[in-house]
Amino acid sequence: MAVLVLADHDGSAVTQPTRSAVAAASKLGDVTVLVLGPRTAADSAAKVAGVAKVLHTEDVLYANGLAEPLAALLVAMAPEYSHLLAPASAAGKNVMPRLAALLDVQVISDIADVVDADTFVRPIYAGNALATVKSADPKKVITVRAASFDPAAAEGGSAAVEAAPKGEDPGLSNFLGAEIAKSERPELTAAKVVVSGGRAMGSAENFHIIESVADKLGAAVGASRAAVDAGYAPNDHQVGQTGKIVAPDLYIAVGISGAIQHLAGMKDSKVIVAINKDEEAPIFSVADYGLVGDLFKVMPEFESELAKK
Amino acid sequence: MKLLVPVKRVVDYNVKVRVKADHTGVETANVKMSMNPFDEIAVEEAVRLKEKGAATEIIAVSAGPTACQEQIRTALAMGADRGILIEHDGILEPLAVAKLLKAVIAKESPDLVILGKQAIDDDMNATGQMLAALLGWPQGTYASKVEPADGGIKVTREVDGGLERLQLKLPAIVTTDLRLNEPRYASLPNIMKARKKPIETLKPADLGVDVSPRLTVLKVEEPPKRQAGKKVGSVQELVEKLRNEAKVI
Ligand SMILES: Cc1cc2nc3c(=O)[nH]c(=O)nc-3n(C[C@H](O)[C@H](O)[C@H](O)COP(=O)(O)OP(=O)(O)OC[C@H]3O[C@@H](n4cnc5c(N)ncnc54)[C@H](O)[C@@H]3O)c2cc1C
Ligand SMILES: Cc1cc2nc3c(=O)[nH]c(=O)nc-3n(C[C@H](O)[C@H](O)[C@H](O)COP(=O)(O)OP(=O)(O)OC[C@H]3O[C@@H](n4cnc5c(N)ncnc54)[C@H](O)[C@@H]3O)c2cc1C
Repeated sequence: MAVLVLADHDGSAVTQPTRSAVAAASKLGDVTVLVLGPRTAADSAAKVAGVAKVLHTEDVLYANGLAEPLAALLVAMAPEYSHLLAPASAAGKNVMPRLAALLDVQVISDIADVVDADTFVRPIYAGNALATVKSADPKKVITVRAASFDPAAAEGGSAAVEAAPKGEDPGLSNFLGAEIAKSERPELTAAKVVVSGGRAMGSAENFHIIESVADKLGAAVGASRAAVDAGYAPNDHQVGQTGKIVAPDLYIAVGISGAIQHLAGMKDSKVIVAINKDEEAPIFSVADYGLVGDLFKVMPEFESELAKK
Repeated sequence: MKLLVPVKRVVDYNVKVRVKADHTGVETANVKMSMNPFDEIAVEEAVRLKEKGAATEIIAVSAGPTACQEQIRTALAMGADRGILIEHDGILEPLAVAKLLKAVIAKESPDLVILGKQAIDDDMNATGQMLAALLGWPQGTYASKVEPADGGIKVTREVDGGLERLQLKLPAIVTTDLRLNEPRYASLPNIMKARKKPIETLKPADLGVDVSPRLTVLKVEEPPKRQAGKKVGSVQELVEKLRNEAKVI
């Protein structure tokens, strides 16, 4: 039976976490991708390696990702699919459990591996344990941890794009507006390099120290919960158990102590650098390279050293 | 407005859990248990709505073993009015919890249910959405602000790129994110008062709910351990290593 992936897109193309979900779905069957939004995003999905079919609609009902109409649409589409997947993004985590309950199945959240059609690995307890779970449900509803699957290639596929079915509007909620930051920097969950700042940054102004080093490296900017709570960085920068999960080639933690909740979001990074003035800080226990020092002295030096070739 | 707040008993967030030697789960014997931190935020929000005059009654509900009474008492000490314990000793998956809560809601008819966005043990991030689906109610997940408005509620949500705002009809489901509020500590007099507040005990069978799990845990393992690397002595050395040894910049 075919497998459905609900895509996230940035207005023009499907996101890298969506391509990771496609990679996970490819282990389960022929992949159909559902794209709700502009045609260019559907066309980008059709080019992703391993995608057999794209279903597309520009219906304004789905323009703002409201969970209620979206879950209703997915329920109507569900009979044709054995598995329904989405990246474990804010959007995927919002709608997939709702879909699962409507189908009377237990959602399987944030999978890190596919063992077989019924069996999946998922991290629990802030990633301190990995549970292998087997589902007895007739249909599987799944969210996929993007950091655990190499994304399917953005080019190489040539799937047909067809019209998605029309769904009902339960009329329960209204979208009022959003404040979405537009940034030139790469997306946190897709970046090859991430530079994150913690409570030690001390102010939103000082956070520019992180941003300018990030820009030298073409990196995304992250933060600890403490830095977000204090208002030094916006909420969508939070890395950790209850924020974003990242696994870049290089993660640089600056003035971050390394609480388990933070480690849960970055310890699968290939190379970790820690910059902290306390040589006992737990972050050093996961760091490949540790530098003990005052960040306000180290970071400007780091930036000028990077400028040298 | 009547409020219902589900609270879960979980391993305290400060405990570093250990996987059991037989790989059947994690060690939960003799470890400190607490209310799920997101549920403390949910209770706090409910109490603030009541203090503002927007809510009349707060019911705290927990599903699990008898010991969940402790977490219900904590909610009562923070300001909830009464508690309901749905007593069950086995595994309760979010779908089962949602079905139990739906049955309680049929009896209590709350206008708003505030849950945590995720429990920090199983990290499913599912129960609120599943409950909303079973009830056919709107959902405002990952809330950083909740305001009664226009006969419904306005919810500000933390999403991937920033924040978004929704208007929901009542009755509705809200799940809390970290920035919604800072939960209070219960004062000693309030802890004493909470001892006298009523807790009703029910069984899943009383509610006519089948809670059999749909997932079987085949094994639980420890993730691969990361080795601590080396300390570098200077910024120059760090950049040199990143360029020539790790080759990541
Ligand atoms: C339910 C729950 C969920 C959570 N989820 C998350 C999550 O998703 N992500 C997350 O990050 N946290 C999360 N936390 C919070 C977590 O427990 C820690 O409190 C948080 O990560 C600490 O942030 P920090 O390392 O920036 O601050 P601190 O722990 O205060 O560390 C600051 C560090 O900076 C160092 N420092 C100070 N000054 C300097 C200087 N001048 N130069 C260099 N170093 C300096 C200090 O030595 C210290 O190590 C969660 C907590 C709970 C209860
Ligand atoms: C390896 C393994 C072993 C397990 N062993 C056990 C076990 O021995 N005993 C056991 O009971 N479960 C066990 N479970 C189940 C697991 O701990 C969770 O209870 C279940 O999967 C629910 O997921 P969650 O708590 O992450 O839900 P989430 O959807 O993340 O929870 C979100 C919110 O829903 C509400 N909520 C969730 N559960 C309850 C509840 N019970 N009462 C009131 N409100 C609630 C809270 O407001 C919470 O913040 C086990 C799971 C695994 C993977």
